[in-house]
Amino acid sequence: MGIIRAVNLIFDYIRHDDEQDKDEINHALRGVSLDIEEGSFVAILGHNGSGKSTFAKLMNGILLPTDGTVYISNMKTSDEEHLWEVRKTAGMVFQNPDNQIIGNVVEEDVGFGPENIGVPTEEIWERVDKSLEAVGMTAYRLQSPNKLSGGQKQRVAIAGVMAMKPRCIVLDEPTAMLDPNGRREVIKTVQELNKQEGITVLLITHYMEEVIEADRVVVMDDGQIVMDGTPKEVFSRVSELKEYRLDVPQVTELADELKAAGMDLPDGILTIDELVDRLVPILKEERA
Amino acid sequence: MLRDITLGQYYPVDSVLHRMDPRTKLFGTMAYIVSLFIADHLLAYVAATIFLVIAIRMSKVPVKFMVRGLKSVVVLLLISVSFNLFLTPGTPIFKIGFIQMTWEGVEFAAFMAIRLIYLVLGSTILTLTTTPNQLTDGLEKSLGFLGKVGVPVHEVSMMMSIALRFIPILIEETDKIMKAQMARGADFESGNLIQKAKAMVPLLVPLFISAFRRATDLAMAMEARCYRGGDGRTKMKPLRYEARDRMAYAFYLGYFVVIIAIKVLL
Ligand SMILES: Nc1ncnc2c1ncn2[C@@H]1O[C@H](COP(=O)(O)OP(=O)(O)O)[C@@H](O)[C@H]1O
Ligand SMILES: [Mg+2]
Repeated sequence: MGIIRAVNLIFDYIRHDDEQDKDEINHALRGVSLDIEEGSFVAILGHNGSGKSTFAKLMNGILLPTDGTVYISNMKTSDEEHLWEVRKTAGMVFQNPDNQIIGNVVEEDVGFGPENIGVPTEEIWERVDKSLEAVGMTAYRLQSPNKLSGGQKQRVAIAGVMAMKPRCIVLDEPTAMLDPNGRREVIKTVQELNKQEGITVLLITHYMEEVIEADRVVVMDDGQIVMDGTPKEVFSRVSELKEYRLDVPQVTELADELKAAGMDLPDGILTIDELVDRLVPILKEERA
Repeated sequence: MLRDITLGQYYPVDSVLHRMDPRTKLFGTMAYIVSLFIADHLLAYVAATIFLVIAIRMSKVPVKFMVRGLKSVVVLLLISVSFNLFLTPGTPIFKIGFIQMTWEGVEFAAFMAIRLIYLVLGSTILTLTTTPNQLTDGLEKSLGFLGKVGVPVHEVSMMMSIALRFIPILIEETDKIMKAQMARGADFESGNLIQKAKAMVPLLVPLFISAFRRATDLAMAMEARCYRGGDGRTKMKPLRYEARDRMAYAFYLGYFVVIIAIKVLL
């Protein structure tokens, strides 16, 4: 059984309309089940409003399910007595880098989580050193967060989560507000944590390039999981992805068009190298 | 330009005073202010001057930075000096119509001025040698006893430190919104007071909306990192008294004995 298990999740946002005196119900999740293996890198795709953020917030008890259950390493998020253990196990990084840094100095922000869970002072320092090292921000430890770039702020936020020694990290569009350099920086950091520290990663994004190296891609639409598989499997279904208003990587799209025009190419080409390897023999043959 | 504003007036050098525990400095400042109000003899003022000179020397902050703090009280100083000078009854020096100046008035005004100047200098040393964060920490720890009677000391100090983090961000944001509105023809400079106030509305509305959004996000981020108030929380940088703090307290005690002795004996 996986470290994250969502069973038949349903979540409704209920807003009370005072003028008409009735409740307005928004079905954000309509029966989502997902089982995530420890140590894997899972990406969640979906256009705006498909329920990704709602799903993420259910993972560490920020929201509790209307129906269904979430288990984080076999603890129910809805059990009051496990709430803090759940939040320690499943760390969370949000979209806006400014709105999740609490400390006025980088190292103090990284220490915020451990302080909250009552870690003794010396151990806080050890954890802060190690976490800053892991995200490559040691050189900035005494700086004010306001002086950092967006990508650096997100890395500090990741360090802040790492300092709580989580077993998995949920990142909700951590790169949406960053420039291409910052995006690469953050994704590289997350990939390293996954490979070197064995942290389970649940990455929510709508940048396709960030998904290619994932172990598994899950596509959400209208509060449901509509596709689930390896990047290759998912991206070989180009027309279906377009129905869910998602882009495919440019190379994949090109390969798909070429195939439609009659070239003998396989589905699910994800990188330029792969496409070149396939194209060269075909072109050589045609010339001969 | 707005983002150049620095908070507080911390002067970053490495000195004994800078390294001292914020509680020691807070207590010292308070004791010093009290002593100024007890003092009413020339000798007591001599003692207060010595205290101040020692503190300034130990802080390693250039004197001109200290004096800058005085600018803000010049008007107050002038008013209180002239009131004391002309309205104190006693032996007159001269008299023009109903205005008279007395010897007692001169003495009173001089002491008043010294008191006010020393008071400002004393608290300036505190803010020049202590970061706003250390101040908040110091206040939280030394007012901790108030928590027992229901004052939310930890929460207030957390609020202050979050405010310190977000003020520069909000200032930058104001700057951005202002420029965006000016690019669309908004005019923040001309017109009378009412027109200017009206011009601020399109600035304040987006600023408030964004501040509330930030607050919601931040609350969620804090919860996700297991924040649940001050109970059971440990500190990464706990405040701890060192030898220099004990020496400072001994010094305060000596100073106070002198001030009281002068008051009682002379
Ligand atoms: N606080 C809220 N109150 C009411 N409805 C909400 C709230 N947050 C999100 N929703 C709605 O829930 C649905 C899913 O939103 P969300 O989980 O944010 O999607 P995503 O992150 O994929 O863009 C959307 O229809 C959205 O309008
Ligand atoms: Mg979202």
